[in-house]
Amino acid sequence: MFPTPIERTSRAWQVSYQAFLPLALILWLLPLIGVAVFSVKPAADFTNANYWGLPSSFEGFTNYALVFTGSDMPRYLLNSVFITAPTVLGAVALSSMTGFALGIYKFRSNIWIFFMFVAGNFVPFQILMVPVRELTLSMGLYNTITGLVLFHIAFQTGFCTLFMRNFIRALPFELVEAARVEGISEWRIFWYVVLPLMKPAIAALSVLIFTFIWNDYFWAVVLTQGVESQPVTAGITSFNAQYRAAYHLMSAGSIVAALPPVAMFFLMQKHFIAGLTLGAVK
Amino acid sequence: MADGTSRAAEKGDSWWHRNQQALSPWLFLAPGVLFFLVYVIFPIFQSFNISFYDWDGLGAKKFIGLYNYEDLYWDEAFYTSLKNNLIWLVLYLAAIPAGLFIALFLNQTVTGIRLYKSLFFFPFVISQVVVGLVFTWFYDPTFGLLNILLGSLGMDPINVLGDENYVTFGIIFAGLWPQTAYCMILYLTGLNAVDPEQIEAGRLDGAKGWKMLWYIILPQLRPATFIAFVVTIIGALRSFDLISIMTNGGPFGASRVLSFYMFEVALSEYGFRMGYGAAIAVVLFLIMLMFIAYFLWSMYREEKGR
Repeated sequence: MFPTPIERTSRAWQVSYQAFLPLALILWLLPLIGVAVFSVKPAADFTNANYWGLPSSFEGFTNYALVFTGSDMPRYLLNSVFITAPTVLGAVALSSMTGFALGIYKFRSNIWIFFMFVAGNFVPFQILMVPVRELTLSMGLYNTITGLVLFHIAFQTGFCTLFMRNFIRALPFELVEAARVEGISEWRIFWYVVLPLMKPAIAALSVLIFTFIWNDYFWAVVLTQGVESQPVTAGITSFNAQYRAAYHLMSAGSIVAALPPVAMFFLMQKHFIAGLTLGAVK
Repeated sequence: MADGTSRAAEKGDSWWHRNQQALSPWLFLAPGVLFFLVYVIFPIFQSFNISFYDWDGLGAKKFIGLYNYEDLYWDEAFYTSLKNNLIWLVLYLAAIPAGLFIALFLNQTVTGIRLYKSLFFFPFVISQVVVGLVFTWFYDPTFGLLNILLGSLGMDPINVLGDENYVTFGIIFAGLWPQTAYCMILYLTGLNAVDPEQIEAGRLDGAKGWKMLWYIILPQLRPATFIAFVVTIIGALRSFDLISIMTNGGPFGASRVLSFYMFEVALSEYGFRMGYGAAIAVVLFLIMLMFIAYFLWSMYREEKGR
């Protein structure tokens, strides 16, 4: 193991490492800790310029309750759910098929189709912005959740295909060959042989796509504009306009908006990291 | 026997059964490829096309050839954005060594280290909109922590986001926070897979500290470094959320980058110049294309090497 395991070093070094660890963490998360403290302060603290001191009273419940009752926040959160969930489903469904096709079959254009997905996944959003907005408008889907979901599914299919294809390549190919010898149809091989083995990849992609889509801001601004369809990332800006300079409420609102992916990460940590670090190890 | 022949007649001779293996990949690919072509691949070419037109997004398009590009050539704001994009590209790469440094720091087996690793990774999971907000307050000239820190050192307060000279650096610093977390997790995974025998052999040969890191560890971390490089470059060129939240391009357009300027030109209150916006997007795309080509080339070599 590198660096030298701490157990093998001097006592003094061990103690200072153990002491420095929490210190470094607090320093690293300082901006977030600040917001968390802000969110439980009473409004009076800000008018009295008590920004970074301890809260003069604990107003966490009032502040968070107000986020849910005094604004459109619940609606934005719901929109985010309705945008994120179908996108995860759609992108995973499409990419298990494309990944299967590119991972199992050998045909001449295989690598070029694969590269099309990979390259498309890297392009700047702005080169797609005007045409995608036009397309969405012409389908009558501008400012609808459906319009946003359709684009997200399509774009995420690029990354998901890269992921699925590499995952399937690493599976034992003999399984597929054995199934073919048995005369099992290709569709059944996909459904009964390969798909069950893809469960870890599907789990990893689901949490990753959930986080990416939940946190998307650009496309939310480009393809939606009202409370009836905007997700929480875009909603938070109108929330902040509503409560301008009410730092305690803006903080509480931000934490509410940020929480779902955080919860997802802590619940599915293993899958999340497996997905994110795919390819980081040979 | 009779059963066998009837099954052969039913299955073996059908056109579908004979061609199943050749046709299946295309059937599996069709929905995904179709979606991707319509929403990602075709729009790239459409943007190229739109960049030759004068168009407000509503009325008729007017073909003006390369006029939008000529406009770009004389546009001060375009050069500011381009310069800022370069600064982003270069400084954002700091996330890679920073991530490696934190990964080395955390690559221990003391109690609770798993929780520490997750908490260090935390900034990557929250949305950039929230990161932007948090750092806007951090820099705030009246109550921001930064200026309280500077004040305690006896320095005058700096309005980071209101100063043309500091603003881009301030936003990049905010962006480095989640990006460093991402690189850290890549390296932590990479370090996990480093061959312990090579380390022991290195130790026997007297390699220590920096030498060990440089000659024995880093070469084994190459795949992690490659991915860190790819995601950091892409992240740098995609920077939009932070700028939009923290400064909206200001002050006086000093923190614009191409991705933000394009949006501003095409879709904000300044008017709907779709053609001009598309031209900016094309420039951004061409910059990205150099990197994409390099990434694909690296992947291609790898595929051939298998």
